Amino acid sequence: MNVMSETTLENAVNEKVAAAANERIKMRGEKVGVFYGDKQALFDVDLLVRQNQVTALIGPSGCGKSTFLRCLNRMNDTIDNARVVGKITLDGEDIYDRDIDVVELRSRVGMVFQKPNPFPKSIYDNIAYGPRIHGLARSKADMDAVVESSLKRAGLFNEVKDRLNEPGTGLSGGQQQRLCIARAIAVSPEVILMDEPCSALDPIATARVEELIDELRENYTIVIVTHSMQQAARVSQRTAMFHLGNLVEEGPTEKMFTNPDDKRTQDYITGRFG
Amino acid sequence: MTDIPFDQAGAVDAVAPPRRDIGIQRRYRAERRFRLYGLIAIGIGIFFLAALLFTVVRGGYTAFWQTSINLAVSFDPDVIDADGKRDSDPNVLATANYPLLARNALATKLGIDVDAEGNRAELRLLSGMISQGVRTQLRDMVLADPSIIGTTQNVWVLAAADVDSAHKGQIDLSVPESRRKVKDKQVGWMKTLTADGTMIERFNRGLFTFGASSRPETAGMGVALIGSLYMMLIVLVLALPIGVAASIYLEEFAPKNRWTDLIEVNINNLAAVPSIVFGLLGLAVFVNFAGLPRSASLVGGLVLTLMTLPTIIIATRAALKAVPPSIRSGALGIGASRMQTVFHHVLPLAAPGILTGTIIGLAQALGETAPLLLIGMVAFVADYPATPLDPATALPVQIYMWANEAERAFVERTSGAIIILLLFLAAMNLAAILLRRRFERRW
Repeated sequence: MNVMSETTLENAVNEKVAAAANERIKMRGEKVGVFYGDKQALFDVDLLVRQNQVTALIGPSGCGKSTFLRCLNRMNDTIDNARVVGKITLDGEDIYDRDIDVVELRSRVGMVFQKPNPFPKSIYDNIAYGPRIHGLARSKADMDAVVESSLKRAGLFNEVKDRLNEPGTGLSGGQQQRLCIARAIAVSPEVILMDEPCSALDPIATARVEELIDELRENYTIVIVTHSMQQAARVSQRTAMFHLGNLVEEGPTEKMFTNPDDKRTQDYITGRFG
Repeated sequence: MTDIPFDQAGAVDAVAPPRRDIGIQRRYRAERRFRLYGLIAIGIGIFFLAALLFTVVRGGYTAFWQTSINLAVSFDPDVIDADGKRDSDPNVLATANYPLLARNALATKLGIDVDAEGNRAELRLLSGMISQGVRTQLRDMVLADPSIIGTTQNVWVLAAADVDSAHKGQIDLSVPESRRKVKDKQVGWMKTLTADGTMIERFNRGLFTFGASSRPETAGMGVALIGSLYMMLIVLVLALPIGVAASIYLEEFAPKNRWTDLIEVNINNLAAVPSIVFGLLGLAVFVNFAGLPRSASLVGGLVLTLMTLPTIIIATRAALKAVPPSIRSGALGIGASRMQTVFHHVLPLAAPGILTGTIIGLAQALGETAPLLLIGMVAFVADYPATPLDPATALPVQIYMWANEAERAFVERTSGAIIILLLFLAAMNLAAILLRRRFERRW
């Protein structure tokens, strides 16, 4: 772990900008690097995640954007030979600190995956599982309320309210993904990480999920990895461009898509490589 | 990640397509040949399986019937207790000459005068009609209820093994009398008794309840069944939890390094170790070192546990591996601990595979003979084992022992026992399939 305590120059500048715009920093990555065995997959990434905003991570395949995303809730811990260096903070707290309980961290930083992965249980149990293991509901009535509100926030309640006891795996792809979002919401996270949440969905389901992401921004901070430039442009306020394990640049989405500083960003968003 | 050189595409002039010489006919012929080989291979397999089943069933189905004779046995106090001392000496009832009662009953039935002079040879033949098992059968009746002494009871007694074989048509009666076990007189009596319905073939309950015996008609698999049952229980109770725990640790928690690789290789090797080696190990460790009794089903169960463990571990690990990683990520992603992830999500999904592997491992253990021979379970055990520490045999060992006997009646019992063992194995495999279906159909 990096011993450096003061924040890097790039982050310091960005932080000033954010403060000027009255934006709060939710998560901060400083000199984040990831090794898979001897191979380094991510190099010195400095990135701020602003509260109640959607930050999109874009870049060609294998550029390290998913790797970075998985650092934010320490999902990389589950990979045997992965090693993370640098510092990542959540509300100023180092999440790789010894005192941090990774289980608690993941309940604060939830995750939605590329392929919808509902548990092979009922819709109700899919949602109720998280609150149950975290002791968030005292009674059956509490739990019913949590399930209902989570499904409502994920915009799925009206579609499934009559079949809460049917298996979650029986839903359509888009519904399954919204079920997974509801499942993540149910444990009241502060940040939701989404790893290409729409890549397995058809355009209609995608539109529905994108709408949902925009609504969720009110209450949650969202970091989304996407391959679709249009999606990044539609849902995000900030965009970060990765290439070959490096963060190329980061900035407000409009600026990134109209007037990027780096030629690689320009090339990528205009479809010249990747 | 470079620009595609568009200007080169489509630049080639239209020319005649190249002649392809790929031998369509030859390829189709090769495929047809291959399919034929496959069909032949399957055909050979089915043929041998059918031949095996046919031989076993043909040789063994008769073992499930036993020729019995219905006798009106008169419990004559003069024979049982000539001196009238049965009230003071309980041994009198236990040691009385019960076969004589049965012989007399048979003689009465056939109208032979037992007191006549010079018919000793005839009477000996008459005794030879009835199984020696009649001694314990009648004795047990009397001991259970002494008041039947002096009365006449209708009793089904077992026919002697040779008579049984002759009745089933397994003895060639055209052989000269001096060279066959069933004499002409006995054949005549057999016909008489069969004609009036006194001698019939009844379901052979004794095959399932009797213990070891040197007389085929009173030999059964009761002890072997109990022994095998004890061993299966021991294997299930020990191998399943140990195997599943080891697999879960190796698959879900252990770091992947040289040590776990080494362990994995060794487990796979253990699965291939000849079973007789496990028998030697059991003999050395459990019997000689730990001092457990020989021939005990406890030792057998422990040895079979060692043998079954690799099978269960390999099957369980495969089942755990087959659970999609997305399920694990999903659970971890909402803050489940690794243990919660495994026990709430992974294990339930792997359960059908684990159960199937366990049942197949059990079936393997049920059919295992060699290690049991080494730890002494090949003993002649006539009494039921009350605990797993008592001497017992196992089903396959019983088959092995009967197969070494020469008598015709043991030959059919060997096949009968094989049928029963195969039925058990088939039932276990069926259970594995049904369990798998049932659990998989849930979602």
